[in-house]
Order: sequence, then structure tokens, then C-alpha cells
Amino acid sequence: MEYYLQLFINGLVVGSIYSLVALGFVVIYKATKVVNFAQGEMVMVGAYVCFGLTVQLHIPFFWAFLMTLAFSVLLGMAIERLALRPLIGEAHICVIMVTIGLSSVLKSVVQLIWGTQIKVYPEVLPTTPIMIAGMPVAPVYIAAFALSGVLFAVFTAFFKYSRMGIAMRATAHDQQAAQSMGIGIRGIFALSWCIASVVSTVGGVILGNINGINSHLGVLGLKVFPAVILGGLDSLLGAALGGLIIGVLENICDGLAKDLFDLGGFREVAAFVVLVAILMIKPYGLFGTEEIERV
Amino acid sequence: MRGKCGLFFESYRAEAAVFQSGFQKTCLGLFVAALLLSPWVLDSYFVSMLNLICIAVIGAVSLNLLTGVCGQISLGHGAFLGVGAYAAAQATMHGVPFLAALLLGGFAAALAGMVFGVPSLRLKGIYLAIATLAAQLILEYVFLHWESATGGSRGLSVDAPNILGFAFNNERRMFYLLFSIAALSLLMVTNVMRTRHGRAFVSIRDFYLSAEIAGVNLFAYKLAAFGLSSFLAGVAGGLWAHYTLFLSAEQFNIGLSISYLAMIIIGGLGSVTGSVMGAVFMTLLPEVLNGLSGAISDVLPNISQHINALREGVFGLVLILFLIFEPEGLANRWRLIKAYWKLYPFAH
Repeated sequence: MEYYLQLFINGLVVGSIYSLVALGFVVIYKATKVVNFAQGEMVMVGAYVCFGLTVQLHIPFFWAFLMTLAFSVLLGMAIERLALRPLIGEAHICVIMVTIGLSSVLKSVVQLIWGTQIKVYPEVLPTTPIMIAGMPVAPVYIAAFALSGVLFAVFTAFFKYSRMGIAMRATAHDQQAAQSMGIGIRGIFALSWCIASVVSTVGGVILGNINGINSHLGVLGLKVFPAVILGGLDSLLGAALGGLIIGVLENICDGLAKDLFDLGGFREVAAFVVLVAILMIKPYGLFGTEEIERV
Repeated sequence: MRGKCGLFFESYRAEAAVFQSGFQKTCLGLFVAALLLSPWVLDSYFVSMLNLICIAVIGAVSLNLLTGVCGQISLGHGAFLGVGAYAAAQATMHGVPFLAALLLGGFAAALAGMVFGVPSLRLKGIYLAIATLAAQLILEYVFLHWESATGGSRGLSVDAPNILGFAFNNERRMFYLLFSIAALSLLMVTNVMRTRHGRAFVSIRDFYLSAEIAGVNLFAYKLAAFGLSSFLAGVAGGLWAHYTLFLSAEQFNIGLSISYLAMIIIGGLGSVTGSVMGAVFMTLLPEVLNGLSGAISDVLPNISQHINALREGVFGLVLILFLIFEPEGLANRWRLIKAYWKLYPFAH
């Protein structure tokens, strides 16, 4: 039982990172209706830039982190301006493929600069475990969980109360109506990519502190799909909950598969089996808007 | 069908014909004859390129039938290829004749494709793309962990194909086998597109609601598109297995699915000629890059270490550039070039 409790806690931590990445994904999808297959690679780029600044340029972690965030804002803007804007109004498949192409380019740039070996972050937080409910938990896990929570709260408030956030929601709801009310759609699109890039970067840095980083970090981007489908593609709350649920679920399923069927590595697919099931039963997820079509 | 200068049709039959003029027929005949003679002239490296292109053509044209013609995005094509490859390999290992095994592989892949195509009734666009992505990752897991059938991470060795005692055991012999099957599948897809089924597929792609109102059974036709496309993918997989003589689970990863999607986008969605062009382009791209990196390795000696990363980056860049600057693909560019020369020097 203790083993499963440990799995549950691990799941919550991994899940909180999924939530962060899913948050970025949902922000883009809400505002621009673009399905971003490069989300995982954005996580990876953020993690590597922060690594490069702290370890290779010896900048203190706090400043390096802020500089990474600034970089990710620029990255998000550049991606939106160069790759996505020319494709506004094109078919789904073109937009999907352009983000896939983007993911290849980002991955290749990271590999060219930093190689494919695993890189380890310097210790930022103390390593002595803290006891929670009789279980030892590393402080970095708690920090990860807390940071995700804070970011989620910040973005919820942003979308609810700030002028910009309300404009983004209006754009998501109806682009033409928003435009006629004087909202600059282009600015909104750029902003949504910036936000997505920033939250992915935060996710990447947290992940780097937990596990170290390597050039396969981008696979994380695929794990986001079960989370966002479960939560509903256009719901922030859904992204947060979906990420946590998928994180816990895949860890528990992995443990069960190992105990009961002696299957290794089930973690990699558990989330996708769940994904297929959700798509069959409730394709718009827990909190997503159902698309109703009338002839 | 785009009308051509000086061509007038008196019947729908004539308009729907594959070849609208004798000139087209002659050109294609000459091209095929040149291809058939080429293995006797080229050395075996180039013949092996031709062989890989033939396999890619079958895979690309089948995906184009599903995605380009019927409008159903599939990120799981590589995995369906894998199902066909493993099924055909297992069949020949158990003594089934090669051609029967190939068909068996095709049917196994069609079955897998149809199972994962069932959600396509309720899912559209991105939801379907994500569902097929799940299919890809689940099948990949099965390839890696169903060790008794797939050899798991150790892989599976396969015998060279053998039809009625004739062994296709070198590149040249393989070429004739692969070429004839690729030609057959091109012919098949071209003809499917001209039939009632093909028109139904196009109507589903263009607007599914109108299609349904016009009496197209959406579920049946979408499922048929998945089945037919996966069948051909399975055949391509079976051929690939018997050509490389070794199967490993990594061959059929998501990268393969993406490269097939890239082929049809670069070639041209919904176009048979485009599928061929895309397959040629995507198969030759890594080879050309290898050649280039070899040529500049004197200047940049470290380049060979980075060749994998470079290949991936160039692939992504090519994909993005095509989507932005040539969204209709190579097939459209080819048509424009032909149109330009048709009126030369009086192009307006």
C-alpha cells in the first residue's frame, strides 16, 4: 500500500508538470484554435536555456530563471510571427503539420547546441526529504507542486479580471465579434503564444530540477494530449485537473501492470489507453465546450 | 478536372478518363520504360534508392487516399504499416507463400485501421488526429512488448521473398517486384478516386454535412477509407519487411507516421502524382543531406556527429517552408510549370 501511496505522490508531482504544459496548450487552443504539437519541445528549449545560463555561464539561478522567462517570451513571439501567422485560416492538417515541423526544428537546434547527453541541474533546493503523512518527499517535489498551483491561480485570475485576459476570452469565443469591438487579434495571438511559452519553460525548469534534462524531453508534449482531452480542450480548470489525474493514473496503472501482469513500461501508454476511452465516451472532456452543429 | 486547352469532352466517360490525351499516354509509357531499364544501368546504391521510393510511394498514396481525398487526418499510418509488416513476416515464417502473406499483412493492417477508425464517426479534425496519435503510441507499445509475435526489442529477421521458387534476393530483382506492386497500387488509388466511392470520399472531405444529406453513409465510407488506406499501408509494410529482411519496433515509430504525412503535404494533398513526388522527395532528402555533409566534412570535421540532428532540423524546416510558401505541394508547382511551357512564348 505504501508503494502505491508513493506512486500517488509521484503522480501528483509529474501531473502538476503535465498541468503546466497543458495550461500552455489550452491557452493557445482557446485563443487561436491551433493544436500545438511543439509544446513538449518548448518545454525542452526552456529547460536547456536555463541550464545553459546557470551551469555554462555561471549566472545565479534566480537571475538565470528570469532571463529564461524573458527568452521564452521572445521565442513564443517569434514562433507565432514566423510560422503560425502565415497559416491563419488554413486547414487543420496544415496547422498541425507546421507545429510538428516546428518541434523538429526546436529539437534539432537543442541537439546541435547541447548534444544528446543527459544534463544535471545544480542543486537549488535542499535535498533532505520532508515527511508528509509518514512518507519522505523531496522538497523539490513540493516546490514543483506549489509553483504549478500558484501559476494556475495567477492565470485564472488573469483570465477572469484583467483587461487583456478578458480580451483573450472574447477572441476565443468569437473572433469577428471581438475584432469589431476593437480587440487586436494579432496581439492576442502573439500573447497566447508568449504565455504558452512561459508556462512551458517553467515546467521545463522544474522538470530539470527533478530529473535532469535530455533531448527526449519533448516526448512530454505528447503526454499533454490525454490531459487536455480529459479536461476538455478549451478549459483551464480542465487542463489543471486533467494533468493531475493523468499523472496519478499513469503511475498507478504502471504499478498495477507491473504487479499483476508483469508488464514493464506501461507508464508510456497508460495515458493513451485512457485517452481512447475518453474519446469514445465523452469526446469533449470534463469541462470542454461541446460543439453543437445545426444544419 | 481542370480543362486543358484544345481538349473538348463529349461524354462524362471521356472526361473521367485517366489519360486525356495520347501525348500523356506516350510520356508515361516512355517514363515507365526508362524506369524498367534503369536497374541495368544504375549501380546497386541507386537501385536501392528506387526500391525505397517504391515502398514509400505505396505508403504515401495510401495515406493520401485517407487524408488527402477523404479528409481524415491520421497520425497512425506508420503503426498500420508496422501491423502489416509483422503480420506478413509471421505469415512467411509459418510457410505461407509470399504473395498470400502480403495480402494477409494488408488485411491485418486494414483490420487494425478500421478498429482505430471507428472513433472517426464521432470525432473530427484535431480530435481524430489525437485519437490516431493514441493508436500509433499504443501499437508501438504492442510491437515492443508482444515478444512472441514481434521479437520485442531484439527484432525479427525475415527471409527474402520467394514466388513460385523464384527468389527475389538482390536489389534488381526486388526492384521489379516493388515497382510492379507500387504501380498496381497507384492504379488502384487512381481508379478508386474516379468511382462512386472516390466521389463520396471527396464529398466527405469537402463538407460532411452536405455529403450526408446527399445520401453518403458517413460511417461506412469513413470506415472504408480507413480500411482501404490501411490495407495498402499493410502491403507496403509487408514489402518493407521482406526488403530490409529485419524488423525492429523503432522502424514504425511516430517519426514514420509524420514523414508519411510530410510526403503527402510536400507532394500535394489529394493528388496521386503528388504522392509519388512527395515520396521521392522525402526518400532522397536524407541521402542528399548525407552526401552534402560528406562533401563538406573537410571544412567542418565534426559534422558527421551532428548529422542526425541536422537531418531532423532540415526536415522540419522543409516542412514549414512548404506549408507557408507552397501549400498546394509539388504537384501544383508541376502543373504550373507545364502550363507555362504550354503557352510559351505567349504566356500571359
